[in-house]
Amino acid sequence: MPERITLTINGRWCEALEGTTVAAAIMNAGAACRASATGELRGPLCGMGICFECRAIVNGKPHQRTCQMLCEAGMEVNTQ
Amino acid sequence: MAAVACAAEGGRHVAVVDDNFTLGGQIWRGKDTPLKTAEVWRARVAAANVVRIQGARVYAQPAPGVLRAEQNGSYVDVAYEKLILATGARERFLPFPGWTLPNVAGAGGLQALVKNGLFVEGKRIVVAGSGPLLLAVAAYLKRHKAKVLAICEQAPLSRLLKFATSIVTDKEKLLQAVVYKSQTLSAPFHTGCWPVSAQGKERLESVTLRKGNRTWTIACDYLACGFHLVPNTEVPELLGCRVLDGKVAVDEWQQTSILDIYCAGEPTGVGGVELALVEGQIAGYAAAGLPDNARSLFAQRARQRKFAQKLEEAFALDSALKELPQDDTVICRCEDVSYLTLKDEPSWRAAKLHTRCGMGPCQGRICGAATEFLFGWNAGSVRPPIFPATLSCLEAIPELLELQETR
Amino acid sequence: MISTYDAVVIGAGIVGAACACELARAGMRTAIVEASIVGGGATAAGMGHIVVMDDSPAQLALTQYSQSLWNEIAPQLPANVEYDRCGTLWIAADDEEMQEVRRKQAVYASVNVRTEVLDSRALSEAEPNLRRPLAGALLVPSDAVLYPPCAAVYLLECAKQAGAALYIGNAVAKAERGRVTFSDGTELSAALIIHATGAGATRLMPHLPIRKRKGHLVITDRYPDFVRHQLVELGYLKSAHSITSDSVAFNVQPRRTGQLLIGSSRQYDNEGAGVDQKVVSAMLARAFDYIPSMKELSSIRVWTGFRAATPDKLPLIGPTEDPSVFLATGHEGLGITTSLATARLLTDHLLQRGTSIPLGPYLPERFAREVIYA
Repeated sequence: MPERITLTINGRWCEALEGTTVAAAIMNAGAACRASATGELRGPLCGMGICFECRAIVNGKPHQRTCQMLCEAGMEVNTQ
Repeated sequence: MAAVACAAEGGRHVAVVDDNFTLGGQIWRGKDTPLKTAEVWRARVAAANVVRIQGARVYAQPAPGVLRAEQNGSYVDVAYEKLILATGARERFLPFPGWTLPNVAGAGGLQALVKNGLFVEGKRIVVAGSGPLLLAVAAYLKRHKAKVLAICEQAPLSRLLKFATSIVTDKEKLLQAVVYKSQTLSAPFHTGCWPVSAQGKERLESVTLRKGNRTWTIACDYLACGFHLVPNTEVPELLGCRVLDGKVAVDEWQQTSILDIYCAGEPTGVGGVELALVEGQIAGYAAAGLPDNARSLFAQRARQRKFAQKLEEAFALDSALKELPQDDTVICRCEDVSYLTLKDEPSWRAAKLHTRCGMGPCQGRICGAATEFLFGWNAGSVRPPIFPATLSCLEAIPELLELQETR
Repeated sequence: MISTYDAVVIGAGIVGAACACELARAGMRTAIVEASIVGGGATAAGMGHIVVMDDSPAQLALTQYSQSLWNEIAPQLPANVEYDRCGTLWIAADDEEMQEVRRKQAVYASVNVRTEVLDSRALSEAEPNLRRPLAGALLVPSDAVLYPPCAAVYLLECAKQAGAALYIGNAVAKAERGRVTFSDGTELSAALIIHATGAGATRLMPHLPIRKRKGHLVITDRYPDFVRHQLVELGYLKSAHSITSDSVAFNVQPRRTGQLLIGSSRQYDNEGAGVDQKVVSAMLARAFDYIPSMKELSSIRVWTGFRAATPDKLPLIGPTEDPSVFLATGHEGLGITTSLATARLLTDHLLQRGTSIPLGPYLPERFAREVIYA
């Protein structure tokens, strides 16, 4: 039975199954990962860590490639 | 994985350096891979004595025979006698209005996200672009209870039929195709069809498709859109391997133009799983000094290479796709550079300097393939860091560390 | 049928583009030729720091004059030039350097450049990411930064608007005695030929006292507000001073994008354009000395370029022995700053209308005799 992990996304508590990446959790929550250079909302594109569209702020650190990062309990994720 | 297993089984001390958190690359990402082949190879790698360095991205070559990778905010130097590069491929993304909306992802991209926890049950999804990956992705999404509303392949039906007849003799591929097709029967499959725009306020709400003279709009939650694959040649280029026409040049032993550096799989020419497995085995055996084992696979490789050739011909991109971007369509997503800004630049380098296209963290991996198709530009040579690196890792002075022992 | 021009500028880096613009606006039938990419040489490897530099009175005069010209055109610069008057902070790490700060303030004051001395606390308020404690700094609020390749493109566009002809993609084989010959054999006739060829100047004029001085740059991802001013250590001048040895200095710039541009390094006798890891390491280590938290930032790109260095660190602006050939080159690390003044001085001289500052210190004839490098 996969464990359930709770983390916050833009201040709201969300649940994710163990093994979920932060990018997937952000998408499941209906949030965007980041705002682009001209302010457009963006989400993951390549899903494999090379497009950098999935960058978000994780535990205060910006520019985290969330599609290559597994959700952890208590993580604080914010749209960058 | 094939190379790793074969080299290790050949008695060599093997390490694998991988950006992902577990082995399998893209095609075998995550735990639920339906193919038995994946499990077989996973088992072989697990049984072999292999050092696994995961979550590590190669960004520089600090000294000959040494690769430097960033892992968890610090760097690891890996010294090798022989190196096998199996860096795979990435999707080609072609820009069209609305392609930057959240919930527009690659075809392989969306599949990877689902494998990593994205919920798609009950979600309406359009799969578009080009290549056999589309059908595989659609089938995968259906198995995860998504509503696949349409599958849109840009190649015309005539070319697809020709491609289909050419693989009739290859039992495994034929079976695979039949399986995917049967799993996606309920989804309309359109050929000569592609997205002309995606609409939505904060995220995707609908996609407009065109087939010949007809255009129609479908309301949907996700668009999985990718136009075939492009080899990842950055590490080979960093090391000085000769790359021709976007493919790493290798001899019959899968050795590159640099002695003791081998390359296998998509970087030598996109050709699918079976070709990658054969090339991987050959490279593993050759690097391990087992030429006879390698030679025994040459015939199989030749057959698979023919398939790769057919693949390239069948899914060649329609030049009408060059007309998709409007003036205000973003081409470089890292720097938000529009089509209008780019179209009069004479070359990739000029565009880079004058518009900053390609100067973002993706280092041109996304916009490079797009601009090559749209304008015929050739992206220049790579320079370290070939992947963004934390400054503390960039600062590290060349010095060798012991090969990490990790399990 | 050979095209005839009053002036042909060779090289469309920022200096050449500025010259072409100035000459065309002055009414000369002007052409500019560029073998490769506009702003693709040293211009693409410059930090884009518009700075008043007091290394010598002649350098002070030239940089100040040029900065005033940048101030005049600043309102017209398009957004992609990313002009930002963020000011410079010359950082003093210890009391000895603080004395240098005060000396510098006096020098700037003598030419009416307003500055402010910051003490240790004021400095850390102005730049919270600098390590503490530092002794203080000299703030020069009138200094600015911009993105050089787009500035070159803008100036070239101005030249075009003023009637200049552009020959892009053609390499020049010879340029002397009123004739510019391309490598494909075609020719232009020019009453005046201006060599604005930067570090490559000795290709066409082998006897010029110009040496290539390699520099490295690193740029990070976007970290808005991490640094607010161009930050330069006072030791920078020691680095730029030294004629012979390799050196690095702390020199960090906030770009409008929020990215940090990190310099600077100087090397002689390294003709390869490849990235020299030892130099990058030394440069970054120096930067971390001043801004320890920079270690955590993500870097996107490293690149190199070649400055055109003369023996006395002043550019070559003016006539040569060939009455048709003039120089606008040898700007070392101040090409971006002094491009506009170079163009104005040269044009004023050519039109014999009197220069705003004396041209004497920059005349090529000062090296007419054999030059021996120390």
